[in-house]
Amino acid sequence: MTSWVLSTTVFSPLVGAAVLALLPRRDELLRVVALATSLVPLALSAWLFWQAPRGEPGFWLAERASWVAPLGITYHLGMDGISLPLVVLTAFLFPVALVGTWDAVRTRVKEYLLLLLLLETAVLGTFLALDLVLFYVFWEAVLVPMYFLIGLWGSERRAYAALKFFLFTMAGSVFMLLAIAGLYLATGTSDFTRLVATPLPRAAQGYLFAAFALAFAIKVPIVPLHTWLPDAHTEAPTAGSVILAGLLLKMGTYGLVRFCLGVFPEMARGAAPAFMALGVVGILYGAAVAYTQPDVKRLVAYSSVSHLGFVVLGTFALNPQGLAGALLQMVNHGISTGALFLMVGVLYERAHTRALEAFGGVARVMPTFAALSLFVVFSSAALPGTNGFVGEFLVLLGAFRADPRWAAAAAGGVVLSAVYLLWMVQRVYFGPVRPEVRTFAPLRGHEATALLALVVVVLWIGLYPRPWLARSEAAVQALVHRVTASVEAHGLAGGAR
Amino acid sequence: MTVDLRPLAPEVVVAAAALLALLADVFTRTSRARAVWWLVALVALGWAAGAVWTAGEGAFGVLYARDGLANALQLVGLAVAAGGMLLARDYLARVGLDRGEYYALVLLSTVGAMLMVASQDLLFLFVALETLSVPLYVLAGFARDSHRSQEASLKYFLLGSFASALLLYGVALVYGATGSTGLARLAGAEGSFPLLVGLGLVVVGLGFKAAVVPFHAWAPDVYEGAPVPAVAFMSVLAKVGAVGALVRLLPLTLPHLLPAWQPLLAALSAATMVVGNLAALRQTNLKRMLAYSSVSHAGYLLVGVAAGNGTGVWSAVYYLAAYAAMNLGAFGVLTFLERAGVEADEVEDLRGLADRSPALAAAFAVFMASLTGLPPTAGFVGKFYLFMAALQGGLLWLAVVGVITSVVSVAYYLRAAYAAYLGPGRAGVRLHPGPWAGVGLGVSAAATLLFGVLPGPLTTWAQRVAALLR
Repeated sequence: MTSWVLSTTVFSPLVGAAVLALLPRRDELLRVVALATSLVPLALSAWLFWQAPRGEPGFWLAERASWVAPLGITYHLGMDGISLPLVVLTAFLFPVALVGTWDAVRTRVKEYLLLLLLLETAVLGTFLALDLVLFYVFWEAVLVPMYFLIGLWGSERRAYAALKFFLFTMAGSVFMLLAIAGLYLATGTSDFTRLVATPLPRAAQGYLFAAFALAFAIKVPIVPLHTWLPDAHTEAPTAGSVILAGLLLKMGTYGLVRFCLGVFPEMARGAAPAFMALGVVGILYGAAVAYTQPDVKRLVAYSSVSHLGFVVLGTFALNPQGLAGALLQMVNHGISTGALFLMVGVLYERAHTRALEAFGGVARVMPTFAALSLFVVFSSAALPGTNGFVGEFLVLLGAFRADPRWAAAAAGGVVLSAVYLLWMVQRVYFGPVRPEVRTFAPLRGHEATALLALVVVVLWIGLYPRPWLARSEAAVQALVHRVTASVEAHGLAGGAR
Repeated sequence: MTVDLRPLAPEVVVAAAALLALLADVFTRTSRARAVWWLVALVALGWAAGAVWTAGEGAFGVLYARDGLANALQLVGLAVAAGGMLLARDYLARVGLDRGEYYALVLLSTVGAMLMVASQDLLFLFVALETLSVPLYVLAGFARDSHRSQEASLKYFLLGSFASALLLYGVALVYGATGSTGLARLAGAEGSFPLLVGLGLVVVGLGFKAAVVPFHAWAPDVYEGAPVPAVAFMSVLAKVGAVGALVRLLPLTLPHLLPAWQPLLAALSAATMVVGNLAALRQTNLKRMLAYSSVSHAGYLLVGVAAGNGTGVWSAVYYLAAYAAMNLGAFGVLTFLERAGVEADEVEDLRGLADRSPALAAAFAVFMASLTGLPPTAGFVGKFYLFMAALQGGLLWLAVVGVITSVVSVAYYLRAAYAAYLGPGRAGVRLHPGPWAGVGLGVSAAATLLFGVLPGPLTTWAQRVAALLR
C-alpha cells in the first residue's frame, strides 16, 4: 500500500513556496503563509510519530514510484526508526525558526521565506530518500538555498562564508556522487534496500566507503574538516544558523548511520576505532576552541563541533547504547543548539553585536529570557533533567563498552562544555548591568514562544525519553547487529520489506 | 537508378526556409512584415523537426545516414535554431540589426550542423562543417558598426579556416591510408600510422569547432565581440555538430581502434575541463566567463566520447540537449541587458536584476545551477551520466577530474547568480524585456528543470542512439 504521506510531508513546503511566489509582497501575509505551510509537515510528522510502531526494525512506511525508468532508478522514500526522529526534528525546527525570527529579516522577505521552504523540502527529502541518486539530489538541493540564505541575509563576511560553505560541502559530495555511480555500475541498482542485500565487490568497497565517509564527515563536520562551520554559522542569519546547526549537520551524521553503516558494515567496523578517535578529538578540540571565542555566536558554533563529536563517537561505538545515544543526541543537538542560536539572535537584535564583552547583567533586564536561556544552556551542557544528559549518557555508556579510554576522554569533554557554556552565561547574563544592556527591549512574544517550545522539548526528552528511544530501538539494534555480525548477514537491518 | 530523397526532407525544408528568408528581406520594408517571415521560418523549423521525428532510418547513398544519432542530434540542432531565433528577434529589433539575413544565416548553419551529424563520409563531413561554419563567421560580425564584432568575425574566420585546412589534410591522410573517405570503409581499417595521424587531424578540426583546449583560444574573443544572441546560438550549435561528428567517427565507426584514440580524447577532455574552468574563474566579463564555461563544457561532452561505450554516447547526446537548454538560457538573459547603448556584459551589470525582474533573476540562477551541475537540473543528470560512463569505460581519473573541476566552477557560476540578487543596480544598466526572448527563456528554464526533475523520457530517447554501437 502506498499512502503518499511521506511525499506529502516532503513536498508540502515546496507547494507552499510556489504559492508564496505568486503572492503580493506584503511581508506579514507572506510570513503567515510560510508559517502555515511549515505547520503541515509538523502535523504530518507528529501523526507519524504517534503512529510509529515499536519493535519494528525495518521501514514501516515506504513509497516507491518509477523515476528514471531506463536506468531502474526509483523514487523511493521510506521511514524507519532512524529517520523518524530526524524528520520530526526537521518539521519542528522550521516553524520554530520562523516564529523565533519572525520579523528579523525585513528585506526581500519573499525570497527569504521561499528559500527557507525550499530548504525544508530538501532536508526532509534527504532524511527520507531510500534511493542513492534521489538522496544525492536532495542532499545537494540543500546547498543552493542555504548559499543564498547566508549570502544575502548574513552579516559582514557573508559572501565569503557562503561560498566556503558551498565549496567545502560540494567538494566532499562529488566523490560521493562518483561512489554512487560506482555502486550502481557494480550492483545494477541504487536502491538502498537492494544494496544492503547485494554483496559488494570487495576490492572497491574501501574506496566507496571512503567517498561516502568523506562527504558525510565534511557535513558533520568531523575535525579537521570543520573549518567551514564557524564562518557559515556565524555569518548566517539567525534562522539560517538554527537550520544549519540544527538540521544540516544532522544530514552528515544521518548519512554516516544510514549509508556508511548500512551499506558498508564491514568497512564501518574496520574504520570504527579511527572514527571514535576523531569523535573524541572533535569533542575536546571544539570545546577548547569554543572557550577562547570572544564572539557569542562563534562560541555556539564551535560548541556544535564538540557536540557532534559525541554523535560520531556514539555511532562508531557500534553497540545499541552508543547508536541509540547518537541518534537521540542528533535530536538533542538540533533542539539545544537551535535554541542557543535563537538566544544569540535575541541578543543580537538588541545589541547589534555578538561580542561577549558587550554584554553583562542581561538577567536583570530580561529575566524571562534569562530563565529560558538557562534551560537551554543546561541542555547543551547535558545537565541531568535535560535532554542532553540522556543522549550523552547513552553515548558515553556505549563508548565505554567499546573502548573505555575514549569514553574517559569524552567524559572530559562533558566537563569542558559545562565550563565554556557556564562561563558564557556568567558573562552575558550576570555581573553588573552594562549601560547598553539597560536599554534592551523585553523579550517579545514570538521570541518567547519559540524558546518556550524548545525548552518544553528539552524537558520532555530529559525527563521522559522513552517515546523517542522506543520508536528507534528495534531499528538501532538491527543495524548494530548487521554491522557487528561476524558473518555477513545480508538483508537483516533495514532489509527489503 | 532512382535515389530516394525523402530522408533529406528536413534539411531541404530548413534550407528552403533560409533561402526564403533571404528573398523575403528584399521585398519587405516594415518590421511587421519581417515578423511574418520570421514566424514562417520558425514554422519551417517545427516542420523539419516533425519530419525528423517521424523519419525512419535509412541511408542516402554512402554519404549520409539517417539513423538514431542523426535523428536525435538533428532534433537538438533544430531546437537550438528555434531558441536562437526566439532570443534574437527582440534584441536585433532593439539594436537596429533586424534583417532577414540574420535568420537566413541561422537556418543555413543549422543545415550544416544537421548534415554534419549525419555524414557518413569525411569529405561530406568537411562540406557540412563549412556549411555550419561560414554562416557563423558572418553572424559573429553581424553587428557591422561594432569594431569588436568585426574583430570577432575576422578572428573566428582566420582561425576557423586554419582548422578546416587541418581537417582537410587529415581527410587526405585517411584517404591515403585506406583508399576511401567513407566511414563504411574506415570501419574495419587497420590502425596504420598515416591513418592515426589523419584521424588526429580530423579530431583537431572538430575540436576547434567545439572549442576544445588547446584549440579554444578564439572562443573568448569571439564570444565577447559577437552579438549575444549569435553567441547563444553558435556556442551550442557548433558543439552539436562537432560532438555529433566525433561520436560518429570514433565510438561508432572505430571502436576497434579505441586503445589508439581513447588516450588522446581523454587527455583533450581533461585539459579542456581544467583550463576552461580555471580561466573562467578569473573573468569579470560575463561573456568571456560564459565563453570559458562553454570551453569547459566541451570537455564534459568529450568525457562521453572518450569513454567510448554506449553509456558515453547516449550521455553525450543527453548532455547536448541539456546544454542547449541551459546555455541558450544563460546567454538569453544577457540579451535583455543594456548599458549605455551597448551590451551589458560585466558580472557587475547583473546587480539589482532580482529587484527589476524576480523571474529573470530566478531563471538565471537556474541556468547557473545547471551549468554547475547541481540537482535538480538537467546539468546534474547529464554530468552524472557522463561520469558514470567514464567509470564504466575504466576512466576513473577522468571522472575525478570532471567532478573536481565542477566544484571549481561553483565559484564563478554562483558569483554571477549571486550578483543578480545584490542591489542596487549598476548605474546606466537598463533592462529590456522582450516577449519572444521571454518565451525562449521560459522554455529553456522549463526544459532545464524538467530534464533534471524527470530525466526518464529524455534518457530513454537518448539511449536509442546507443543501439548504433557495434
